[in-house]
Amino acid sequence: MTDLPDRQFGFRTRALHAGARPEPETGARAVPIFQTSSYVFEDPESAAAYFNLQEYGNTYSRIMNPTVAAFEERIANLEGGVGGVAFASGLAAQSATFFTLLSPGDHVVASRALYGGSITQLKHLLKKLSVELTFVDPDDPDEWDRATTEQTRLFFGETIGNPGGNVMDIERIAEVAHNHSIPLVMDNTFATPYLCRPIEWGADIVIHSATKFLGGHGTSIGGVVIDSGDFDWSNGKFAVIAEPSDAYHGLAFHETFGMYGFLMKLRSETLRDLGGCMSPFNAFLFLQGIETLPLRMDRHVSNALGVATWLDARSDVISVSHPALHYRENAALLEKYLPKGAGAVFCFELAGGRGAGQNFIRNVQLFSHLANVGDAKSLIIHPASTTHRQLNNDELQAAGIAPGTIRLSIGIEDIDDLQWDLEQAFA
Amino acid sequence: MPKTIKYQDPATIQRVLRTGRSIAVVGLSANALRASHFVGYYAQRHGYRIIPVNPREEEVLGEPCFNSLTAVGDAVDVVNVFRDPSAVPAIAREAVAIGAKALWLQFGVISDEGAAIAADAGLDVVMDRCLKIEHARYMGRMHWLGLNTEVVTARRRIKR
Ligand SMILES: Cc1ncc(COP(=O)(O)O)c(C=O)c1O
Repeated sequence: MTDLPDRQFGFRTRALHAGARPEPETGARAVPIFQTSSYVFEDPESAAAYFNLQEYGNTYSRIMNPTVAAFEERIANLEGGVGGVAFASGLAAQSATFFTLLSPGDHVVASRALYGGSITQLKHLLKKLSVELTFVDPDDPDEWDRATTEQTRLFFGETIGNPGGNVMDIERIAEVAHNHSIPLVMDNTFATPYLCRPIEWGADIVIHSATKFLGGHGTSIGGVVIDSGDFDWSNGKFAVIAEPSDAYHGLAFHETFGMYGFLMKLRSETLRDLGGCMSPFNAFLFLQGIETLPLRMDRHVSNALGVATWLDARSDVISVSHPALHYRENAALLEKYLPKGAGAVFCFELAGGRGAGQNFIRNVQLFSHLANVGDAKSLIIHPASTTHRQLNNDELQAAGIAPGTIRLSIGIEDIDDLQWDLEQAFA
Repeated sequence: MPKTIKYQDPATIQRVLRTGRSIAVVGLSANALRASHFVGYYAQRHGYRIIPVNPREEEVLGEPCFNSLTAVGDAVDVVNVFRDPSAVPAIAREAVAIGAKALWLQFGVISDEGAAIAADAGLDVVMDRCLKIEHARYMGRMHWLGLNTEVVTARRRIKR
């Protein structure tokens, strides 16, 4: 047997290969879809070893599945983390993370400019957990510091805010979090690991809605949590990870599994108990999508910047929230965190308010009117009447949304055709 | 987490795991919830002979315990250490004395002095790495739990 070489492969190579070694039994090159609920044990001792976590073994597909595991490992590899746990959706991944780390009486500091569904989730889920919540300005690291109390247990933000386009100074905000001995949790859905890897800037946990650019074709709902492996869960603030767990016969996850402690707990307790697992078929579709992630993202970001610049030059457009325009005065921030491009989702505000927004949507031919982002096809929506409908006027304003705001998710079509479509929708 | 790259060479790690047969686990606990027990149990399942070195126990994992490495007598391929870093230099000297082929220091067992003693005597040295995880990474099933093995290859896995 020859040993494996010690080589650092590039991102594009890993997007195709990481986590997907040929299947040993058959030699199948594509990752097989292991469409099975459960796995036959070799003998009673093996079964016991798997359930005791003494041996890596498959037991039941709510907790692990080889197709899903290939997806988890691929994203962990691309983000530079030690591992991942997949979930049925991005929001399931977020709620599982919060459920794992938080206990009644704790406090969370989160960006004010998150995806509307995440704001709603935080407000309602944390209230049910008796966890306090403070929203802060993602652009102001000092506000995160001031909002932190003895009870704060995590910071939560988005690399590129949905839909306002705020770009967080991850390195500074991670520093603030670490000064308080708590982790920074980043939703990296809009950037994908191709454009930004928050762990390289100090983030401790990275979450994705795989539904968007990772899958890339609008076929499946899914999410994943990646751990950097760098956070010290034994620092006194995280008894939930460090102390013996009565939900797993007294196992102390951090002591026993070291840098994998959080992930082992997330899988073998939280996923086991909350149950929101990813299906093997969805994992297969996500793996297919990730193979072309670098190619697609290059086209997504160049088309998006082209359309945003074109819109910005029009007199019937009040403003465009694309980060490259929004951070004109702070180009260094984008150069640092998003050198390959600042994503493909942005908003623009039409003169003429809510009625103009709704008319515009009625007029488009090629843009699909739906509530998703990150499809290879271009998408359009009117947030005030859809995704952000549950937010009151103050919250809408805080999230950077006006009555006439339109959100675009720019696909990989010919850019001339996208501009033609928008041009005729203005008419 | 400090990264001690020096004694974490993938080729060395794979060679130690592939060629080693007997593993003396210094500080192997009888408590099934301790990390040392997880590692010993796992290695035994994968066909290695486990030799417990722990003066406070009679028998662990069905094998008799020895007070020290020098008391073992039989050939030891790998000395796997779960002890305070301050104890490592003395353990390294014993490992050299009994002709062990490798010194493997677990997570957090960081001793540059102990590592140098073994390396100077020609032993393979691995430090601040878990033997169970590294076995599972290259030969086992770590990839079944979504952990990043960092293995990238189009070659078919060889069973072992
Ligand atoms: C930035 C962001 N995070 C999280 C989510 C939630 O993901 P999912 O719909 O997969 O639950 C979304 C979905 O729109 C999103 O845009």
